[in-house]
Formats: sequence, C-alpha cells, structure tokens
Amino acid sequence: MFLTITARGPSATDLSHLLHKHPDKVQQFDVADGVAHVFYPERNDDRCTVALLVEVDPIALVRGRKGRDADGFSLAQYVNDRPYAASSLLAVALGRVFRTAMAGTCRARPELPGQRRPLELHVPALSCRGGSPLAEQLFAPLGWQVTTTTVPLDPTIPAWGDSRYVDLRLNGCSTLADALTQLYVLLPVLDGSKHYWENRDEVDKLLRAGERWLPGHPDRELIVARYLRHHRSLGTAAVARLAEVDDAEPEAFDNAVDAEPPAQGQPVGDLSAGDSPAGSAAVAGSAGAGSTEGRSTEAGSTEGRSTTGPLSAGSSLADRRRAEVLAVLREVGATRVVDLGCGEGALLRDLLADPVFTRIVGADVSPRALDLAARRLDLDRLPERTRERLQLMQSSLTYRDERLAGFDAAVLMEVLEHVDPQRLPAVARTVFGWARPNTVVVTTPNAEYNVHYKNLFPGALRHRDHRFEWTREEFADWTQDTAARYGYTVRVLPVGDVDPQLGPSTQLALFTRTDATTAENNVPRRTEQ
Amino acid sequence: MTEQHTAAVRETAAQETAVRELAVPQVALVLLVGVSGSGKSTFARRHFGRFEVISSDFCRGLVADDENDQSATATAFGLLHHIVGLRLAAHRLTVVDATNVQRESRAGLVALAREHDVLCVAIVLDLPEHVCRERNASRTDRTFGPQVIRRQRDQLRRSLPSLKREGFRRVHVLKDLAEVEAVRIVRDRLLTDLRHETGPFDVIGDVHGCLTELEQLLEKLGHRIVRDQAGRAVDAAHPEGRRVVFLGDLVDRGPDSPGVLRLAMGMVGAGRAFAVPGNHEAKLVRALRGRNVQIRHGLAQTLEQLAAEPKEFGEQVERFCDALVSHLVLDDGRLVVAHAGLKQAYQGRASGRVRSFALYGDTTGETDEYGMPVRYPWAQEYRGTATVLYGHTPVPSPEWVNNTLCVDTGCVFGGRLTACRYPERELVSVPAERVWYEPVRPFPRAEGDDRTDAERTGEAETNSAPQGTATGIGRREPDVLDLTDVVGRRVIETSHHGRITVRAEHAAGALEVMSRFALPPQWLLYLPPTMAPCATSCLPDMLEHPSEAFDAYRADGVREVICQEKHMGSRAVVLVCRDADVAAARFGVTDGSTGAVHTRTGRPFLAPEPTEELLGRVRAAVTAAGLFDELGSGWLLLDCELLPWSAKAEELLRHQYAAVGAAARAVFPAALAALETADSTGLDVAELLARTRDRAGNAESFAAAYRRYCWPVDGLHGVELAPFQVLACEGRTFHDRDHGWHLAVADRLVEADRPAEADRTAGADRPAEAVPGLFRRTARRVLDVTDPAQVDEATGWWHHLTDGGGEGMVVKPYANLARGRRGLIQPGIKVRGREYLRIIYGPDYTAPANLKRLRNRGLGRKRSLALREYALGLQALERAAAAEPLWRVHEAVFAVLALESEPVDPRL
Repeated sequence: MFLTITARGPSATDLSHLLHKHPDKVQQFDVADGVAHVFYPERNDDRCTVALLVEVDPIALVRGRKGRDADGFSLAQYVNDRPYAASSLLAVALGRVFRTAMAGTCRARPELPGQRRPLELHVPALSCRGGSPLAEQLFAPLGWQVTTTTVPLDPTIPAWGDSRYVDLRLNGCSTLADALTQLYVLLPVLDGSKHYWENRDEVDKLLRAGERWLPGHPDRELIVARYLRHHRSLGTAAVARLAEVDDAEPEAFDNAVDAEPPAQGQPVGDLSAGDSPAGSAAVAGSAGAGSTEGRSTEAGSTEGRSTTGPLSAGSSLADRRRAEVLAVLREVGATRVVDLGCGEGALLRDLLADPVFTRIVGADVSPRALDLAARRLDLDRLPERTRERLQLMQSSLTYRDERLAGFDAAVLMEVLEHVDPQRLPAVARTVFGWARPNTVVVTTPNAEYNVHYKNLFPGALRHRDHRFEWTREEFADWTQDTAARYGYTVRVLPVGDVDPQLGPSTQLALFTRTDATTAENNVPRRTEQ
Repeated sequence: MTEQHTAAVRETAAQETAVRELAVPQVALVLLVGVSGSGKSTFARRHFGRFEVISSDFCRGLVADDENDQSATATAFGLLHHIVGLRLAAHRLTVVDATNVQRESRAGLVALAREHDVLCVAIVLDLPEHVCRERNASRTDRTFGPQVIRRQRDQLRRSLPSLKREGFRRVHVLKDLAEVEAVRIVRDRLLTDLRHETGPFDVIGDVHGCLTELEQLLEKLGHRIVRDQAGRAVDAAHPEGRRVVFLGDLVDRGPDSPGVLRLAMGMVGAGRAFAVPGNHEAKLVRALRGRNVQIRHGLAQTLEQLAAEPKEFGEQVERFCDALVSHLVLDDGRLVVAHAGLKQAYQGRASGRVRSFALYGDTTGETDEYGMPVRYPWAQEYRGTATVLYGHTPVPSPEWVNNTLCVDTGCVFGGRLTACRYPERELVSVPAERVWYEPVRPFPRAEGDDRTDAERTGEAETNSAPQGTATGIGRREPDVLDLTDVVGRRVIETSHHGRITVRAEHAAGALEVMSRFALPPQWLLYLPPTMAPCATSCLPDMLEHPSEAFDAYRADGVREVICQEKHMGSRAVVLVCRDADVAAARFGVTDGSTGAVHTRTGRPFLAPEPTEELLGRVRAAVTAAGLFDELGSGWLLLDCELLPWSAKAEELLRHQYAAVGAAARAVFPAALAALETADSTGLDVAELLARTRDRAGNAESFAAAYRRYCWPVDGLHGVELAPFQVLACEGRTFHDRDHGWHLAVADRLVEADRPAEADRTAGADRPAEAVPGLFRRTARRVLDVTDPAQVDEATGWWHHLTDGGGEGMVVKPYANLARGRRGLIQPGIKVRGREYLRIIYGPDYTAPANLKRLRNRGLGRKRSLALREYALGLQALERAAAAEPLWRVHEAVFAVLALESEPVDPRL
C-alpha cells in the first residue's frame, strides 16, 4: 500500500514539522499486520513529498489475529489485494503513523496546523467500489480537484474490463489535518468491503475524525452508512466454505440474506439524518450499496431515486407486497401460517404483530437467514406469549418436511424465482403435495414490468440470485398447472404499481385447496382399489 | 433362604412336579406379578438375562439412593417406563420386576407394550401368604408390616380372573414353591419370524380366485402342479425347491376362489408355500363365522362358490384363513411380505394396528370419490433395509419404490398375475384370460403388455410410464426425499472405512447448497472427494515436491504408483445416458435431458442446452468406443476435469485473482519511482527498494500463473474434457480396476472423439475444421517407487510439467483402491507446482521468510477428510450402481457435501 502527500509553495518542508517525521530519515513503524515506512522522495522548499509505504505481511494478516482458527479462514484471506490497495488497512496505518498531524497539533510550531496550503495527495491503487464517480462525489465537495485513472483488471484480457481500483490524485488547498482525516475516513468508505475493524468504537472514531468536515458533507449519510457497514467475517459459514470448494466466491453461495447491519441501537449522534437509529440507516445503506452491485433493484428504482440514498428505507414495493399478503391471509381466515423462505423475517414481524395469527413458522434453508431473523425479531426478548406463537426452522422446499404440514396457509413470498426451474416440480410437490395447507400465497416479480426499472439493463433480472422472472402468462401457466395437478383453485392478484399494458410489478397467486376442510386432513392422496 | 435350602427345595420340586415350561414370545414385555416377598427378583434372575429385567426397586435406588424409599415410587416408575419403552423400541424382551398387583399399574405397562407393538405376558407368583411374610421378615431392609402384604394379596386375587382380558397374550400362574422351582422358560419364535427361511421364493400377488392364471403362472415359474383324482390342483412343487409366498387376497371376485384356496392350502400344508392374509380373507373368515359383514367387493361370489363345496372344506378354509399371520419376516430379515405392505417400525411386531396395516395399508379413514379408502403412500417414506413385497393396490406394472414392490397387477380386473422371484428380483407374469370383475374405478392397463416376461424390473419400467390418471392409481411419484434423510447428526456405514459421522451443522450448510444450487438429486450419484497434498517439502524454495508423495506410498507399502497430469481445470462429474428413455426409466427424469455435468458441489457447469450438447459429444464418443455395450449399461458415470478453469471460476478469477494483479500493477510503479528518487537523493532505502522490486516481480508471476487458467469459451468452443476414471455404470463400480484400465478407457474416448468430417458438420454452423476435439488426454507416468531411477525420471517429469506453470500432478496407487496396515490408503496425493501455488499461497509465498512460516502446515485433518469423503463417495457409487433407492444414494452424496463444509485450511 502506498500513498504520497506533496506540499507545494514556499516552505513546503513545513510538511515534515507537521508530520513530526524528519525529512532526511527513513523511518519504520510497526503497524497492524505489517511495517509502515515513511520517507521523503522530495524535500525542497518549493516541493516536499512524503511517502507512506506499508509492507503488509500477508501471513500475519491471517495468522496474527487472535482467537481465530486459521483453518476456518477463507482462501480470500490469503490471496487478496490488501498488500497493494489502499483500504482500511492504510487508514489504520495513517492513524498510527501520523496521529499527531491528524489531530492538528504541533507543539513546536503551533501556528502551522491551522494553515491551509496547496497539497497534492496521490493514492496510486485505491480500492473504490463505485469507481471514479464515487471518488469524485465524495472528495469534490471537500474542495479537492479530483483526478482519477481507472486501472484495467488485466491488460492481457481486455474483455474483463476495468478493475475496482483507481489511481487517485487530489489537488487542493487544505490543512494537512483535514486532508489526513478525510483519507482516514474515506479510504474505507470507498473500499466498501472487508474492513478490518475489530472494535465497536467506530462511531467515536468517525465522530472524532470527521468533526470538522463531515457534518457539512452533502453525502454524509452515505459516508456514515458505508463506514459503519459491518461485514461478516469470511469463511465462517459452512455455506461459504462450500463456495470455496467449488472455486466460487463465498458470497456466491452465502447470499441468502444481505450483509449484516451493526448491532441495533448504536448511537450515531447528529450524523445520521433525522431520528432514525443507526441500525435502520445502515440497513438501508447496505441495500442501497448492494443495488449498485446488482442486488435488489426494486427498492430505489420504484421511487425514481438514485440507489445511493441511504434513507430510501422501507422500499414501498416490499411493504405493499407484505401488506397484500397479510390482507389475503386475513381474508381467508388463516391463523396458522408458515412463511416458506422467510429470509430475515420481515413478514414474520407483521404476522407477530397481529394476534389473529396464533401459530407462525418461519422456514428458510439458510441457517444465516434464520440467525438474522432471530436477531431482527429480537426473539430472546419477546414476551413469552408472543414468543410461543413463533418458531423458526431450517427446512428446504426440495425435500419433504412433515413439520410443514398442518397449517392453514403457506406463503412463498419472492421465493420461487430463487429456485432453479428444474427444481420447481419438487418445490410444488413439497408445498402443494405434502404440506397441503388450505391456502398457498405465492408472489413473484412480473418480468414485463422490469422496463420501469431504469437501472436495470433490458433482459436483466431484479436480483443477482434470481434464476428467472416470469411474465404474467408464464406465471399463469405455472399456477394453473400446479393448481390442477394438486387439487387447488387459483386466482392471481396484482401487487404494487400497475402498468395498464405490462401489468403489476409483482404478481400474487392465491391457491385454495378444493377439498379444504380441516388441517388434520392434510394427507397426500393415493387411493386403493 | 440359604443356598442349601434352596437346592433342597428345588430337588424336592423336581421330584414332585415335572418340569413346567412357560412359553414366552422371543420378544415380549413380561410382567412378573406377585406380592412383596413372593420371590419375583429371584425368579427373574434365574430365568432372564441381567439386562432384561428392570426392577422397580432398582429404579427407586437410581432416583432416590434407596431401593425402599416409597416416596420415590412415582419417579421410579417414570424411569422404569422410560427404560422399558426404550428396550421395546429396540425390540428386546423386557421383564418388569415389580409387584404389578394393581390393575392401573399393569395397564400403563400394557399400553406401553401396545405402543411398541409388542406382546404382553404375565407370570403370576401367587404364593401362599405366609411364605411371603416370612421372607419379608427375614429382610432387614423391608419395614412394612403384614397388612401391606395382605392388601397386595387381595389386589392380586381380585386381578387374577380378568388378567387375560387386560391385554396379556399369555398368563402363567404359579401357585406354590414347587411350581416355581419346576419352571423352565421357553422362548417361542414369533409367528411372524421366519428369518431362518432363506428362500428362494416366488412371491405372488393378489390372485382373487383366478385359478387358471395361477396355475399358468406356477407352471411358468417352474412349479409342477399336483392334481387329485378329480383333476383339481392340490399342490405344486418346484424341482429346485423354490417356494411360493402368497401375498393374500386369494379369494373373491374371481371365477374359482375355492380352487385357488385348495391349491394354496395344499402348498402351505406341504411346506411348499407361505401365505399372509389379505383383507378379503379376513372378511371371509368373519362371513364364514356368521358375523354380520357387508357382502360386496366380490365376497358374494366366493360364498356362492364355497356353498357348492362340502361343509368340511368350508371349515378347513375358515381355519386356514384364520391362522394366517399378519406378515412374515423371511431370509434373515432381508425380506418382509405383507398383503398391503408394512412400514419398518411394524416389521416383526405384533399388535392390532400392525395387523391392520398389513391387511389394509396405511389408511386415513378418508374415502375418495369412488368410496374407496384413501391410502397414505407409506412406501415413499420407507427407509428400511428389508425388501418389502406386497399386493393389495393393483398397479399397471410393478415399480420399485424405496426397496418395496407392489406385485398386484390386477389380474381379476383383466390385468396380469405377477410373481416376483426373490432374491433374483425378477418379475414373471401371465395375462388375465379376461376381465373377471369390473373395477369400481377404471383400472389403467400397462402399455407393452406384450413385453417379455422375467425381464429385469429395472427395464420393465421403460415399458410402463403410466399416464397420470384422474384417480392417480398406480401413478408413480418420483422418489421422494425426506428432510430427515439428510439433516441432523448422521452416521453412515461405509463398506471401506467403517462408520462415518456427519455433524448437524455441516449438514445444515450442505442443505442450503444442495437445495439452492445443486442439480436435482436424481442426477447426483456422486460427489468427488477432496484430495490431500503431499507432505510439506524440506527443499529450499519448495512447498511441495514429488518425493514426499513417493515416500508416503513407499511407507504404506505401495510400490507401483501412477502419476497423472493435473489438468488446469475444474473437477467435473459426467453422467451420460444412452438416450432420454434411459434417463426417464432409470433416473426418473422425464424432461428429455440425458444426463448431467456437475461440479464438486453438485452445481451444473452449463445451462441445460449446452449441457445437452456436451452430453451429446460424450455420448457419441462413449458409443463409438463401444462402452455402453461393453459394460452392459445404458448409462455411465465419468470422473473428469473440465477445462478451462475460467469456464467455471471466472467470477473468482476476476474478483479475486485478477484484482490482486491489478492492484499490484497500479501500486508498484508509483512506489518504485518514489523509492528510486529517494535512493538517488541519498536516502537509505536500498534494501526496501530491492524488496519492493521483488514483490513487484512476484505479483507479475502471480498474474502469469492465473492467466494460464483462462481462455475464452464460446458455447462448447474452447471447452475441453479430460476423463480419467470410470466411476460406475448399471450394476457395478470400478474402484477395483487399476488406473491403467481407467486411463485406457479415457484414451479410447479421446480417440473416438476425433470425429469423421461428416459428423462434424452436424454440431454447428461453424466450419468443420473449427470444431476442436472435446476430449483431452491425461499425461501419465507409471513407476515403482522403490526404484530410484524411476523416481528420478518421474520427478523430472513433474519439473517439466510445472516449470512451464503447470498445475502439477496427482500420484495414485496404480492398483486403485489400496489398503494398508491401518486401513484405507490415500487414493491420491497431489503435488502442485511452485508457480501454481502462488495463486494459492499468495504472490510472495516464495519469499524465504514467508515460506518458512508456511511450511508449518498441518495435514492431518485434510488427510482424514480425504479418506472419509473417498469412502462416502464409493458408498454413493455402490448404492447407485446397485440401483438402491434414491434416498440411500442421496444420503451418501449429501454426506460428502456436508463433510466438504468442515473447516479445513482451504489452501491444502
């Protein structure tokens, strides 16, 4: 990792006083996971450059961590860009090596820190998820003239296009302390991945480092959200390990739910807009950041908003979908409901809120989704009478699971499209053939409506894990065929905004068992002579 | 009582009373009933095993530290019931040593026995009161007075007359010491227990009075029919001693129920046949006894026909039918026969509900639109090891479901009369002469009724694919997998590596991957095991070197090894069927696909269309090489490497490997420029500069290493497949064939894949010469590891492979599966090249300081994992080759995936 800071103009060598680093020496500092070298390639009065070169020890990066089982680590920990790209590791090194300068103190010459001077910052390999535009977006409002060059992923394989690295040059007039704290905060924000934060005092650090410039930054919510974005440790989930076995990235398998937000209830003071707690801001932030990577598209786009807005919380379509599902469940008088593919439990929360639902089961195939649901629903702190209405269980729609029988209704909300088409018959058999509730509610995107999502390329799907998205006709075919095969009737309802030609954004199918009587009758049929 | 006294009493008793045998079923719940001091514990000790007897006193001791603490009675009996329940669940004879004089206390135990479908026996020690009183008085630990004994004795006396009605199959009452002394317990075989009868059998489905067809079938099976003077069939004998099993419903609806009964009764009487009752026999018995039964379902015909017979015949029939036992367990427990089938938990058990299941099936009490009972498809959930043959529900043609087979092919409805030859599992059938009885519900005919008989049942399925009718009769659900087949902690018995445990958390992870990413389980017969690398090399500059692998095999006593080039691709398992019919018949996949090409976690490599294109090429080569015919199989499972790696792992290559290269390429020029400037201006950065230059060079080497694994692929263009092992085909696996044989097969595929010009144009609109060969040869060396010259040569070969950036090689025992002193030997050891390892251990791993630390790598877990997965993989293959039920194959396949999620250093 490498960066240089160049001061120009008269008495440029004041830089060394501000930094408390002698210009004629090459100095070394132990930093986390490596050694930081500080030297001055240029040290003239009109131009003085300090270079920070951090030699990351890639083995210590993994082995040095306490309390972690090296075997449990992901391959990505061994072969990664951390030794080269500027990221949170470099920010940590900055904080360690230039702490005094960053704090804006200089005992020998107290007048210096307050002086604004022409500075040029050069970060040749900046990890920047969001590319040059994001770097421009975040640094320009702070008064920097931003010059970026995007680094190709592999010049010998042009088809692969650009990497996420940019060569970043910032020119401007600033105090050194501000320049340093801005790097300190924004390097990890731009990197946007795999932070090496160990502690929970990030908020304090952020407040301290950004107090002079962050409150006035137009994108402060985005900065806060991305800075606080907590990434799960890699390689701990069995699912993620299986991805590696198959030469896929852990996230390629371990993506049933989005990255986790920080713990609830963490205060962030004035930085977060309005009264919304850090948790929800960060949730929305991560969803927003996610959509730039091709995750859910629906959230921001229905609002016609940029997806970077961290407070596009409560995406209207998701809310309306849940409301519609609940309305249907109430209409049919269901009291025992199983949410198949409950994810992080948004629908479960709504079901819990209505005492008419006396038995609620959230089933998901992802253990991590269930963990997250348990935390989101704050299961441990629910009153006993509420708690006993709800059960979370790992299940799979492609296996028979007798625990799924005996319900009034089953919900498959935005689940089907995450299943490979060739597994759909198995799913139908599990739900309609074996579980056989009186009511089955299925929602799925309407592919025809996708033209309304401006950020979606024509033909693209709304979520990276979607295996397909159906037109109204395709959905009708499937629902009718399934209903006929398993003895249900079906009715399709619109959810969300409806385009007169292209239909609704979400399609909902309400299946009703033809021989619906009591749940005790839920037995697969096979008759004898 | 002193020992001499006891002996004396015993002697006297033996003189006075003949030995009295008390019959107890081999598996039963035996209640000793007697007042305190009646000698129950002594009796139990003498006649039953140490663990068979559960005493209430002992349980009191367990929960209260005092065998006589009456305040602990409730808890003690809770424990006693629990233990008894567990033993009965395990089908073990259990004796309850408690007073059991109160009706309520016995009722609880009788209910427990019923719950586990086990018979109950009472042995009552009704000794004179004074004997008990004296015994109690002689014991210092019993403090209760004579009134307690008197009360208990009153209760016992009141109980005696009604004991049998409480649900005891047998009640033995012993009235005095002499009787007690004279007792010998005889353990009776359960009526259902015919495990000593090992066959072979011809198991015949519902006959329903179709005598002509039965005689034809018996003759076709090779039985010679014996006739009486009137020419009526009264027996049949097979020259090889094969015996017949009748699956019930001999009577009703058909033209000659008495004739069928006469023949069946004759054969059973002569010991040449066994029979289980059907629901129609049960009803017939009730009708013959004059009970009020509804005369329908063809019973009327039978009664009419019987009326024409002599009265004695009717009585004989009644006795015969009444004596039939619900079901039979045959051939050392490997075969169970019952009219309507029997779930595992009921096999070998005795109770009303077991009989009801065996006669009527798993009914729910519901009826369908024809008024017929709705039956629960128990066979789909069947997970037992015993084969179950049954009838009752007519099917157009018999189909195996989880090791169960219904052989009722609706003869009386104009179908066929079918027998299943056991253990051959062959079906033999004769067509019905005509429709003898119009079914209430339309009976679907099998297509292909003209098929040859005695064909393998597996092939029979190809003929039948019955249409799903409105009634669903006979429609076969694809094999249903239950969540309980895979989740939770599981122990899997393997033939090569003992019992292997899968932990619940690993199964949970595997469930997600299996459900969300993998192919349908019908296509997943196998997942490849992980492979351990060689021991860490001590050579400078090297982490892995062939000599470690050779040393390992030498130490294990394996002399001859084969080194196989490690292709720069991804492991691929290819299942190819001869055609879509085989796919449908053998694997139940009816969407027209003809196989699968999947990764180590069961994911498809390609979309369905290109997969079929690839399979078409493989099939062409397999056919041209004559392998389908040579192996006598309609399908083949191949272990391969699919190239390039980028075809599967492009995301990983771009996001992880290429990104590292890009970041390095961006940072080093600037860093080096700054260092060079600093150096030129006199700063002491020489060492840092040199080191940084090295790192820049390493980063370039790293990029060069991953680039070798990338080349563009367009459809199948650019894709290569390197088969190196034949995994399985119908009926057999190949882990016992040496690798020379495997690679010879692979070479034949490579050879066969060089298509003639005419064939090439078929594939695409590209010019013919642009279609490259799909198959790629695997380079190899065979050597004797005890010959230094050969070792040197092979080592040189490895250098030759890896110096150019090759991935390395895999060393395997030439003979294939090898065992050593401590069991299985690693089936392969990988030796990876120095440059290749950069993309595993990082660009700078060769720096001496790094290498020194990296050498400290523990291989134990990886090796253990490799062996366990290897054994599970073989298990999956053996089960698949033997056409075992899908859940059995899937269990082993799933276990491999679950083990793969164990945390092991991913760089190994």
